[in-house]
Amino acid sequence: MEIINQIKFSMPSLSVNESAARAVVSSFLIQADPTVEELSDIRTAVSEAVTNAIVHGYRGTTGTIEIVVRLLADRQVYVRVKDQGCGIPDIERAMEPMFTTAPEEERSGLGFSVMSSFMDKLSVKSKVGRGTTVVMRKRLGADGD
Amino acid sequence: MGLDIKSENGTAIALLTGEIDHHTAKPIRSELDRFIITMQPELLALDFTGITFMDSSGIGLIMGRSKLLKECGGRLEVHNPQPYIRRVLKLSGIEKIVKVR
Repeated sequence: MEIINQIKFSMPSLSVNESAARAVVSSFLIQADPTVEELSDIRTAVSEAVTNAIVHGYRGTTGTIEIVVRLLADRQVYVRVKDQGCGIPDIERAMEPMFTTAPEEERSGLGFSVMSSFMDKLSVKSKVGRGTTVVMRKRLGADGD
Repeated sequence: MGLDIKSENGTAIALLTGEIDHHTAKPIRSELDRFIITMQPELLALDFTGITFMDSSGIGLIMGRSKLLKECGGRLEVHNPQPYIRRVLKLSGIEKIVKVR
C-alpha cells in the first residue's frame, strides 16, 4: 500500500520513554486529523507495545526499541514496535488475557488484549533470543475536513 | 504525575493528575500503599478527573490497591474517569471488583 508519510525513531528501553513514544506518535498522526478517540486508541496501543518491550523484551537490561509509524493510502495507520530482546517462547499464551510473567510488578496481562481491541489488526512475530516485532494497523474514519 | 490525598472520617479521596503508565504507576503505587497501611481508610476513592491517559498499567495499579484495601478492611472506588479511560476499565472487567462512578 502506498506510503503517504512515515516516521521512524528509536530509543533506549527506559520506562521514562514510554510517554515520549506516545507523544511522538500522537504528534505525527495529527496531520491525518484523527478523532480524539482514534488518537487515544493508538496512543494506548503504542504504550502497551513499548511497555512490553521494556518490561519483558529487555527485562533487567537496556536495549533499543525501534518504532515506525506510517500513514498509508485510504487513511490506514501502520505502527511497528520492534525490540531485539529475549523474545516470547509461546506467543499464543502471551496473548491470553490476564496472562503475565511479571505479577510482582502488577502487570495485569492485558497488554495484547488492549492492542487487539483498540486497533483493527495486530500481528506479533517473535524469536527467542532474537526479539519481538509487533505490527498494528488501524483505519481512521473519514477526514473531518 | 500528581497525587493529593484528602481524608476525613475514614473516607479518603486521592486526586490523581497526569498520565498513568508503567513508569508513573510505580511512585503512585508506593505513595498510595503508604497511605492505606498507615491510615487504614474504610473507603479510598481514586479521583480520575485529572487523568489524561491510562494504559493497562492503571489496571494493575487499581487491582493491587483494591486487594491491599480489602486486606485492611476497606474498599476502593474509581471516580470520574474520562470516556477513553472508561474503555480500558471496561475491557479489563475490573468493574466487577471495583465500583466505578
